Amino acid sequence: MSPPTLRVENLRTHFFTRRGVVKAVEDVSFSVEPGKVLGLVGESGSGKSMTGFSIMGLIDPPGRVVGGRILLGGTDLRSLAPEDMRRVRGNRIAMIFQDPMMTLNPVLRIDTQMIEAIQAHADVSRGAALERARDALARVGIASPEERLYAYPHQFSGGMRQRIAIAIALLNRPDLIIADEPTTALDVTIQGQILFEMQQLARESGTALIWITHDLSVIAGLADDISVMYAGRIVEQGSVDQVLDAPLHPYTQGLIASVPGRGRRGEPLRQIPGMTPSLLDLAPGCAFRERCARADSACAEDPALSRPAAGRQVRCFHPLIA
Amino acid sequence: MAAFIIRRLLQSVLVLAFMSLLVFVGVYAIGNPVDILINPQADQAEIARVIAALGLDQPLWQQYLIFLKQALSGDLGKSFVYDIPAIQLILERMPATLELALAATGIAVLLGIPLGLWAGLAPDSWAGKLIMAGSILGFSLPTFWVGLMLIMLFAVELGWLPSSGRGPTAMLLGVPVSFLSWEGIRHLILPATNLALFKLSLIIRLTRAGTREALLQDYVKFARAKGLTNARVVGVHVAKNIMIPIVTVIGLEFGSVIAFAIVTESIFAWPGMGKLIIDSINVLDRPVIVAYLLVIVGLFILINLAVDILYSLLDPRLRLVAAAG
Amino acid sequence: MQREPTPLQRIAADFGESKLALAGLALLTLILFVALFAPLIAPQNPYDLAQLDVLDSRLPPGSKAGNGLTFWLGSDDQGRDILSGIFYGLRISLLVGVASTTCAVIIGLTLGLAAAYVGGRTEGFIMRAVDVQLSFPAILIALILLALLGQGIGKTIFALIMVQWAYYARTVRATALIERSKEYIEAARGLALPPARIVLRHLLPNCLPPLMVVATVQVAAAIALEATLSYLGIGVPITEPSLGLLIKNGFDYLLSGKYWISFFPGIALVLTIVSINLVADQLRDVLNPRLQK
Repeated sequence: MSPPTLRVENLRTHFFTRRGVVKAVEDVSFSVEPGKVLGLVGESGSGKSMTGFSIMGLIDPPGRVVGGRILLGGTDLRSLAPEDMRRVRGNRIAMIFQDPMMTLNPVLRIDTQMIEAIQAHADVSRGAALERARDALARVGIASPEERLYAYPHQFSGGMRQRIAIAIALLNRPDLIIADEPTTALDVTIQGQILFEMQQLARESGTALIWITHDLSVIAGLADDISVMYAGRIVEQGSVDQVLDAPLHPYTQGLIASVPGRGRRGEPLRQIPGMTPSLLDLAPGCAFRERCARADSACAEDPALSRPAAGRQVRCFHPLIA
Repeated sequence: MAAFIIRRLLQSVLVLAFMSLLVFVGVYAIGNPVDILINPQADQAEIARVIAALGLDQPLWQQYLIFLKQALSGDLGKSFVYDIPAIQLILERMPATLELALAATGIAVLLGIPLGLWAGLAPDSWAGKLIMAGSILGFSLPTFWVGLMLIMLFAVELGWLPSSGRGPTAMLLGVPVSFLSWEGIRHLILPATNLALFKLSLIIRLTRAGTREALLQDYVKFARAKGLTNARVVGVHVAKNIMIPIVTVIGLEFGSVIAFAIVTESIFAWPGMGKLIIDSINVLDRPVIVAYLLVIVGLFILINLAVDILYSLLDPRLRLVAAAG
Repeated sequence: MQREPTPLQRIAADFGESKLALAGLALLTLILFVALFAPLIAPQNPYDLAQLDVLDSRLPPGSKAGNGLTFWLGSDDQGRDILSGIFYGLRISLLVGVASTTCAVIIGLTLGLAAAYVGGRTEGFIMRAVDVQLSFPAILIALILLALLGQGIGKTIFALIMVQWAYYARTVRATALIERSKEYIEAARGLALPPARIVLRHLLPNCLPPLMVVATVQVAAAIALEATLSYLGIGVPITEPSLGLLIKNGFDYLLSGKYWISFFPGIALVLTIVSINLVADQLRDVLNPRLQK
């Protein structure tokens, strides 16, 4: 087992708003190895996107990373000066965002937006950068890349734009790619294609991939490991087979059960009752207890992360039998 | 693209025709046409002669056609006061007004965009707040009052700058300009600054609002995620996005600057078109009023057309629409 | 369980965040009070010729008149108390500004809603008129109208209405169009509610917030424009001077050191405009959905 590309330890990101403190990310730890895919799963508001932004150093006021370590290779990213962190972004860690319509600047050409990503990190001539951009576009399956470089974002479909975003992410051969729900805004058919291609690219180039999503079915075919997040905390972790076949946390079980499946046509959809709690001034104790069938008075305390088996973690007083 | 331009040109001609009709109706239908066009000190015989000569005894639509015909050949009547063709009077004064307007626009743009960017990037700093407070003042204070204050301060109290008039002129490409001499510039500073104030504030506020909005967009976050320097994110990504509405506004507002020059010219006794129209209104030199209105309207239509074309050139999304439509 | 604040309370609370805006509101209230009660609180009625004495003319601030009245801000060339003149001038200035804006809002609102709801040729016609008018600066339109019509308070108000209505019509139509295409309007139409009801109960309330902000700013702009026009000599007549006309009267004395005749009315004008703008600015920031984070 090779040393992890990224290791996050006890990450905490809080937002200090007028109305109180929002603990968007609380005591989050995980690691990803080269060429492996980690799925970061949770509903909206679970803190998964904020985790991604925290790693990238893109948390804006009133938010701030208040604790923990983010180790890329051996370096703690939090200890870096802003200029050094800038050199890491887009270079050793790349990020792909959710909405391709918004992430590309509508008034700049594609080649401009790709070349600048290269030239920001290396002293490369425009001609050489253009070459690399062209190759990257070809690699993500865009036909006639030479012409496409001179086009504007609005001339592409959503799926194409996301491929361009992926191409940009790959330009500088990063050690890690963080993909924040990149296929949510796309058609199901395109989704499948892109998922498959991303997986291939990761394996081939040894790039580690963190795939943030709320959709379990997406992650099932793609990830090697899964971390489930709820209300800013990691509630379960393990390999994809372990977590999906034998979930330990009631929330995970609820998530799996609520995915519409082939064999259950005609059955009513199962939901997890209740709603995600507001992260504003969250009460102490297990954040899931209002919605959990197994909750009791013990759950009024904050559950710690326990390790019931090798490579498995769960944050619960009453995990499903291991 | 060509089709787009032609279409806009046709629209402009239509608007110009419509405005000429409006001016015509305003002058000929409201109030007594005899008073409006004929020198009030003329005697009965003269009045009768002019009425016949101008066809004022003919039906309105015929009068309009005559008016149009004369207008198209450049004859818009003679000034009562100066006894020379009104159009000539206006064209003589135009360079002074244009010089003032261009100087004011230059000041507004060269100061406004950097200040607005600064205020947008650091809205909560003391500098940002100061800039915004200043822009609120510049925007809401009546131009003429500011002009008075400038005169009070710089001309009366400090005595640094002259309080009225235009400096000596020299010919540049056949047009008399005054900014080529130091004395000319001294006379230009106060009125140009006064005129610039409103637009300066407008540009600051627009730039700041545009910057603040742009900074919240995903493409800015994405640009930073690519590891671009702050300078590039602001200077290229943000700037290009906010330039489009700002340039549009600057262009459209240029006409407004020329109109507002009326006030500035009155305060500083700057010999441009604006002062001419106010004087003409006060002495009821109506041919000049008519001529001025038509020239100004024509100028505006021209400016709007130019801005429309410029806008479609700048925004790549519109270019496609223009080409398709 | 805490009760959620009503929208109005939230707006008021957000508004109160800016000390500057609160100061502006306080100042504005004071000005409105003065204007409303001018005849009761002014030391002198400057238009009562019996009270004037030309020997009192052009006295600097703080001097006393022949009859013992203190000219706190000095006197003008006819012996009128500047302070009183300002009180009365504020009335005219505010009257013209508020009246013209209110009428323009009503006209613009009606036409804008009509254009958005009826659509078709009506909409085309109205919006064409709006476009043409808006492509010319306000001062020019006012100038043309007043050049043709002459001086007078009513005429000035008319000119200012003509200058403003198009702006409101456009704002209202834009908002109404967005609302009209929203599903709840479709639903209302589907329920065969009468058009007037749809417009009044549904479209109108949603168009009001942006309109409110625009109208508030425009009152200040209307006041400034009227002052400018009066200064140029084509606005209100000398018998009912607004602040702009007062400033004009004092212009010639600026260069000879008797600054107070122009200066203080100018300050009053500026304070009025600035206070309105401060309030309007904060209102705009508070009501702008795009800046809510």
